[in-house]
Amino acid sequence: MTAPALPSPLTDYTPKPRVGPIEGLRQSLTLAWRTVVQVRHNPWELSDFSIQPIMFVLLFTYVFGGAIAGSTSEYLTFMLPGMVVMNMLFVTLYVGQGLNTDLTKGVFDRLRSLPVARWAPLAGRIAADQVKQAWSIVLVLGVGMALGFRIGTSVLGLLAAVVLLLVFALAFSWVAVLVGVLAKDPERVQIFGFTALFPLTFVSNVFVPAETMPGWLQAFVDINPVSVLADACRGLMLGEPWFTGSLTAAILQVLLWAAVVLAVFAPLSVWALRRKV
Amino acid sequence: MDHAIVADGLIKRFGDTTALAGVDLAVRQGTVLGLLGPNGAGKTTAVRVLATLLRPDGGRATVGGYDVVTQSHQVRQLVGLTGQYASVDETLTGAENLLLIGRLLGMPRRRAKHRARELLAEFDLAGAADRAVKGYSGGMRRRLDLAASLVGRPPLLFLDEPTTGLDPRARSELWELVRRLVAGGVTVLLTTQYLDEADALADEIVVIDHGRVIATGTPQELKAKTGSSSLAVRPADSDQLPTVVSVVGELAGMAAEVSGDLVSAPVSDPQVLPAAVRRLDQAGVVVAELALRRSSLDEVFLTLTGHPAEDADATERSPE
Repeated sequence: MTAPALPSPLTDYTPKPRVGPIEGLRQSLTLAWRTVVQVRHNPWELSDFSIQPIMFVLLFTYVFGGAIAGSTSEYLTFMLPGMVVMNMLFVTLYVGQGLNTDLTKGVFDRLRSLPVARWAPLAGRIAADQVKQAWSIVLVLGVGMALGFRIGTSVLGLLAAVVLLLVFALAFSWVAVLVGVLAKDPERVQIFGFTALFPLTFVSNVFVPAETMPGWLQAFVDINPVSVLADACRGLMLGEPWFTGSLTAAILQVLLWAAVVLAVFAPLSVWALRRKV
Repeated sequence: MDHAIVADGLIKRFGDTTALAGVDLAVRQGTVLGLLGPNGAGKTTAVRVLATLLRPDGGRATVGGYDVVTQSHQVRQLVGLTGQYASVDETLTGAENLLLIGRLLGMPRRRAKHRARELLAEFDLAGAADRAVKGYSGGMRRRLDLAASLVGRPPLLFLDEPTTGLDPRARSELWELVRRLVAGGVTVLLTTQYLDEADALADEIVVIDHGRVIATGTPQELKAKTGSSSLAVRPADSDQLPTVVSVVGELAGMAAEVSGDLVSAPVSDPQVLPAAVRRLDQAGVVVAELALRRSSLDEVFLTLTGHPAEDADATERSPE
């Protein structure tokens, strides 16, 4: 059947006044699907965020491991939960990069010209990113396990750690959204990643215990959300002796940090986006 | 409803730049309005305001009877937008792009898929349906952009410079598509910097320059308004060019233009032709060609804005 696809006159139209929340959610999922299809078309992107973490796990374990912890297997166990955290932060950058591409290429305007919920294009971006996020968490853990990393608690503890990571990733995605809105082009989003995220992740307890650092640096390491999250993950995945203290307190700290990041960056990003378009 | 689009004193500023300085326009349902002007005139800003992508700083506008600011969601349901800034996703295939839009418009998966195939066939893109848009030619890309704005069968279509950068064949193909849509009852707002495009497609033309409407009318009216026709004389002997220039200039009441050995000037008095014959004969000029032509829109544009359309195009494109 090839009936000419022509629209009918204006009087036949009775537009709806607004989008319901369920409809908006469905639209967000449709947009998330789009991001997943993009990955299918461009598998290189997947290897982009797969090769780097694999290399990092290998390098840190076999180059620094022995010197820092006395044995590579000892160091792998100490470092891997933090490595998952670090990688998670870098993967959030893809939200910013994707959003920036949409803005500079005009896809965002096309989406905004459609009768979809105002928040759907952003929500779709962030939701799709959680798929990549889950993949990268599983990847780093998988590589670690292949090298000898073992869960010291239970499957439940592991799952809780993954959920906690995803919750924090969701909040931190808003930082990436802001960077994506403000950056002139997608490449600059990457540059931000390297200049801001490397110090943030290295000045933490991810790779070495903070005891040998100068006092002022230790103070930062202690409140750095990366340390807090790495600690909570150690607690959930390994238990003692890798984590001592109150696990509940550590988890609450992570959630508090996530709430703070969300409260600051979500409104800021939406404001920046409104100004831009 | 008589007018599908009405804008009343639209104002939009970007910092110190006033992009729209009070634009009025009205588009009758089922017709094509050509918004004509050089780059930087405010055409795209006007379309973005009417498509609810930008909030005006002053004035108001309705599309399909709905206010673009307070009822933007309704407006978005009625309008299909095609412009270089409202783009499809280059990493997806043509079919995926149309499917995505259909799904976003709330179509069930099967219907969205069917609609995508239908549009791809109609726009001669069936063979490229499953290729990434990155690899499309300019003309294919523009046809897909147009198809993307038609997924929901909108009764109103905004085409922002739909043929800029296209080769002549792709251009006339796109014109044909627009004519077909209009024949089907769609109301079209078209912006263009090509005068022949406005002439070919538009029922009515609004000329804007520096964010202001400087003329409105049908292509015929605009031509009539600004010196309905132009007197052209080509002397058989090019030595007589100076004489011809002075005669034509005197008859037109303004300096004549010389291109090659053709002398021309805009005139409004239909009696000018016999007068020209007499005067040239008296001056002893042997004429190879003598004609009273209706002026082209290019000349109209020059008269209205004080600068030729092509110049404006060249100078104002560079900063982008």
